[in-house]
Amino acid sequence: MFQIRIHGRGGQGVVTAAEMLSVAAFMEGHHAQAFPSFGSERTGAPVVAYCRIDDREIRLREPILEPDAIIIQDPTLLNQVDVFGGLRREGYILINTSRTFEALGLGEFAAQFPASHLCTVPATEIAMKHVGRPMPNAALLGGFAAVTGRITLESVFAAIREKFSQRVAEGNIAAAAESFAHARPEKEELHHAQAD
Amino acid sequence: MLKQIEGSRAVAEAVALCRPEVICAYPISPQTHIVEALGELVKGGELSSCEFINVESEFAAMSVAIGAAAAGARSYTATASQGLLFMAEAVYNAAGLGLPIVMTVANRAIGAPINIWNDHTDVMSQRDCGWILLFAETNQEALDLHIEAFRLAQALSLPVMVCMDGFILTHAYERVDMPSQEQVDAFLPPFDPRQVLDPARPVSMGAMVGPEAFMEVRYLEHVRQMRALELIPGWAEQFRDAFGRDSGGLLHAYRTEDAETIVVALGSVLGTIKDTVDEMRARGERIGVLGITCFRPWPANTVRDALAGAKRIVVVEKSIAVGLGGIVSANVRTSFAGHADTVYTVVAGLGGRSITRQSLARVFASAAAGTLPPLTFLDLDHGLVERALARERDTRHSGPVAEGLLRDVGLVAARIS
Repeated sequence: MFQIRIHGRGGQGVVTAAEMLSVAAFMEGHHAQAFPSFGSERTGAPVVAYCRIDDREIRLREPILEPDAIIIQDPTLLNQVDVFGGLRREGYILINTSRTFEALGLGEFAAQFPASHLCTVPATEIAMKHVGRPMPNAALLGGFAAVTGRITLESVFAAIREKFSQRVAEGNIAAAAESFAHARPEKEELHHAQAD
Repeated sequence: MLKQIEGSRAVAEAVALCRPEVICAYPISPQTHIVEALGELVKGGELSSCEFINVESEFAAMSVAIGAAAAGARSYTATASQGLLFMAEAVYNAAGLGLPIVMTVANRAIGAPINIWNDHTDVMSQRDCGWILLFAETNQEALDLHIEAFRLAQALSLPVMVCMDGFILTHAYERVDMPSQEQVDAFLPPFDPRQVLDPARPVSMGAMVGPEAFMEVRYLEHVRQMRALELIPGWAEQFRDAFGRDSGGLLHAYRTEDAETIVVALGSVLGTIKDTVDEMRARGERIGVLGITCFRPWPANTVRDALAGAKRIVVVEKSIAVGLGGIVSANVRTSFAGHADTVYTVVAGLGGRSITRQSLARVFASAAAGTLPPLTFLDLDHGLVERALARERDTRHSGPVAEGLLRDVGLVAARIS
């Protein structure tokens, strides 16, 4: 089972991101389960959503306490919420930011994880460019596909099409594609850095 | 057809396949997505020959459902929590009148303190109101139970509640197999009401009945409900033949053969319990699970048979009878041939408290070791309780309990679970 926890703020499409991720996994023939942290969400309040992917029926209903991947939609949460709580040693971290892990003060922490599992994507800027709104969720899913290889970019596109009207979907697809391209070279560079 | 959709959407589509003629509802979390989806299906014409009635309260929702069912229409509504309490008088009326209404209850806690999260306190407050109560373990079962519920309701002239855990199921995206209209039409016969308001053949519904016949009305209601115990197992088999999967029935037993400890529960927590049991079985512990799908009527004999080989029973329940303890466990005790002291009550998940494998495994192991108290509150924060009790000891004017506890807990938004 592969478990993803998504942190963000109310209004950033955190729950929708988990749902789209589950749809993308479903389209590839996997079992998937997405659910929100069941808060009475308010705009701007910290929100958590979860997604589990497996090749057999998922019966577990507890929150994801030991995620394999964490997506952080809003880096201002880093000082407010224990976003990395329980992350597995080989886990993935994807942060919506134009800064580096070092610049975010996470250099030492991030060094515990495989460099190729770490990724930052300026998803809000990418979303502003393609969607016209600061909604980083779909863009981050493109980054997730690139960094984890758990789902294909095509499945992310299909999930976006299922969730949004055609006009909104096209912008989000472009955002996901740009994030994917952004995350891929970064990942390759890190691979090289590791090899050095 | 396999789909990856929200539980609420799955239930709405299943209800639409049952061709309801009147849907009346008042929105309340976490039921809202179900009735919104049905509203869209009616407005978009996908669900035709159906009137969607917005009402001004839950009391009105049930009253409209009663009127519609009395006029011979297949009627549906949905609610949760305070909404169910607000319609309580009409809920009893629907059962007493013998009207086959189907209602989804998206289970949620009851205030005070106000809480929108899941537990079973809402439905347990109405457990003896005369409705048949069915509990879904997954979104697949939730949608399937609605199809079975309409058939059961109209066959017995009794209302049926389908309970699904609020948020945990209603707001979860997971894979469901949505049946075709043809499959549902073949399983669910047209509604042929036993009683109907028809100006051409006047009858009186809801007549006052005095001591001369009131007891008989209640007796017949009981007998009619007990008939469900005979019908449900056979229909579950028919359902499996028609739809290719096990959904519904009275109970679901899992790894109970040779089990010394059997865990009994209702609803979505069964999945987490099964995963816990698998882990304990792998360590050689003889433990199994009994899921109760049909809570009313209470399948006493079937439960007794299913528990016959066990040394001890652990009932995990998301409700509490304040001043007594467990509600489900009180029912289980009536159907366990072993000693009543070996039926343990574990109250869990109240107001949306997470129920984890780790905590479940701990209480199951404790039960097997004979160290579990008769009544346990899973993951109760004893420190928090002690502080509140100390406040009450120290000062007469200790103030509202909820406010004091929240102040002690601090910032909740920073937590992950």
